[in-house]
Amino acid sequence: MAAQTLTEKILARHSGKNSVEPGENIWVDVDILMTHDVCGPGTIGVFHQNFGRDAKVWNKEKVVIIPDHYIFTADKMANRNVDVLRAFVKEQGLPHFYDVGSERYKGVCHIALPEEGHTRPGEILLGTDSHTCTAGAFGEFATGIGNTDAGFVMGTGKTWLKVPPTLRFVFNGDLPPYLMAKDLILAVIGDIGCDGATYQAMEFDGDGVYALNIEERMTLCNMAIEAGGKNGIIAADQKTIDFVKSRDKASKPFVVEKSDAGARFAREFVYDVKSLRPVVAKPHSPDNRAYVDECKGTKLDRAYIGSCTGGKMTDFRAAAKILAGKEVKIDTFVVPATTEVARTLKTEKLGGKTLEEIFLNAGAKIGEASCAACLGGPSDTFGRLNQAIRCISTTNRNFPGRMGHKQAEVFLASPLTVAASALTGQITDPREYVS
Amino acid sequence: MKLENIIQGKAYVLGDNIDTDQIIPAEYLTLNPAIPEEYRQFGRHALAGVPAAQGGLPKGHVPFHKNPTDLVSGFQIIVAGRNFGCGSSREHAPIALDAAGIKAVVAEFYARIFYRNAVNGGYIVPAETAERLCEKVCTGDEVRINLEACTLENLTTGEKHSLRPLGEVVPILEAGGVFPYARSKGMLPA
Repeated sequence: MAAQTLTEKILARHSGKNSVEPGENIWVDVDILMTHDVCGPGTIGVFHQNFGRDAKVWNKEKVVIIPDHYIFTADKMANRNVDVLRAFVKEQGLPHFYDVGSERYKGVCHIALPEEGHTRPGEILLGTDSHTCTAGAFGEFATGIGNTDAGFVMGTGKTWLKVPPTLRFVFNGDLPPYLMAKDLILAVIGDIGCDGATYQAMEFDGDGVYALNIEERMTLCNMAIEAGGKNGIIAADQKTIDFVKSRDKASKPFVVEKSDAGARFAREFVYDVKSLRPVVAKPHSPDNRAYVDECKGTKLDRAYIGSCTGGKMTDFRAAAKILAGKEVKIDTFVVPATTEVARTLKTEKLGGKTLEEIFLNAGAKIGEASCAACLGGPSDTFGRLNQAIRCISTTNRNFPGRMGHKQAEVFLASPLTVAASALTGQITDPREYVS
Repeated sequence: MKLENIIQGKAYVLGDNIDTDQIIPAEYLTLNPAIPEEYRQFGRHALAGVPAAQGGLPKGHVPFHKNPTDLVSGFQIIVAGRNFGCGSSREHAPIALDAAGIKAVVAEFYARIFYRNAVNGGYIVPAETAERLCEKVCTGDEVRINLEACTLENLTTGEKHSLRPLGEVVPILEAGGVFPYARSKGMLPA
């Protein structure tokens, strides 16, 4: 049997085949289907319309519903959409629902999934959100789909996929303290372009990747879609296994595998991590790469730290390290990805102060766990760019209008760079604060 | 939508990387496409996120709708550059184009999820071309697509261009989407 990549192995196993070839169309069994408040109502509509008003989902244990996009808003339609999810959960008796206003409310789905034990190596996870690729950090195949695909999976547990060729990105060496996974992935996207991995798998490998903690690995995989990638993936190691076991209350068995020696990669890119510099993506595309030292001094109106990409504890620890004992010069918004992150901000301390105290003392505003202004949303969304202002953000996308106003300019950067820039009101090299 | 061999209409021309936030800005995603009246409303907001200067090339500043309250556009075919539909997985994007009366998009290539959504829902025909037609066709040109012949004829200029064959998605588009296709193949009960 030909040597295979990790993505090929997972897809083969889920299609009942010994091996698969890139370009081959296959039917696979899906392990987890996730949807949220923006695409859930449409998905439920597709499901009812095609399987019947009394139809039942294929497997109650495998459908996960996480409202997270438009939560803390007075928008009636947005609130109505959460009601659509509630009615469906009740009708179907779904156990994995993280309802707004309840103890179970979580926030951003891509961070909630692993926290709640829905990510496991070797599985296939599909979600009605392009950043579903985040879960590739757990050694599984994870990708975003639309409502029609999701409605089909809901009724059958199956979908068809074209096996993607795999691009391999090898990072050698330990990350210097002024760099984060965000810098690595922005460097990759800058190199290959925001269509450079279209229809392809992006596998991240090398000791530089395995030295990263789980959250940083999630950041790498999260932005695979910004290069057009079908999925991002990192083979599971002991860190992954320990994390997954600590979170999965049901202790479901899983398969740990990695790409075979001699597996065919469509292309390989090798990075020496120590030679990289802090990166930003300038407006209006994630591949519009510049090094921070090339655009430092660019005046800013706002800083934003949040989202599935940049709203995890690792991101806030990095920001707090820079903001501790100092004051921001521009409006700075902090949005924890999940309620678990929000709680930890209140308890975890740095130099005797909680991270929450550090942010508030620095003059930042802290919002509630959700997607918030990462994707604009209704006009009353916390942190939304309602005017044509310039923002530096730890989020993932900066196409025109992404965070609200069409003429607003968004620079994407690491939490370290965003925090350093918040202190000066202009794009600032984190090396000025972190040695 | 049923797949028609000839698709003719006025072209609206856009550039590269027209992402889903430009096709349908996030603030309108509160509409539920499963409700027919709300599906129609998406038409009014289609392409609302495209910056004015980049809407309706080569000149730009061409509104996609004659009146801002119109649900349907006066254009039927979009001609664009590379990576059309990149960004989010929102199926609202091809839905908004369909609701606005767009029958086909002709781009150099598509972002994967947009392409899949367009085909699976049977909303629009996502045609591809090796030529950079967004620099050859002008907004307002009358164009005719012949899917069998794989051509796009610009009736305004008389120029003829070739399209790539739609290939393996033809049966799904012909059936009207992945559900009717699966039923016709016996994969789902009729």
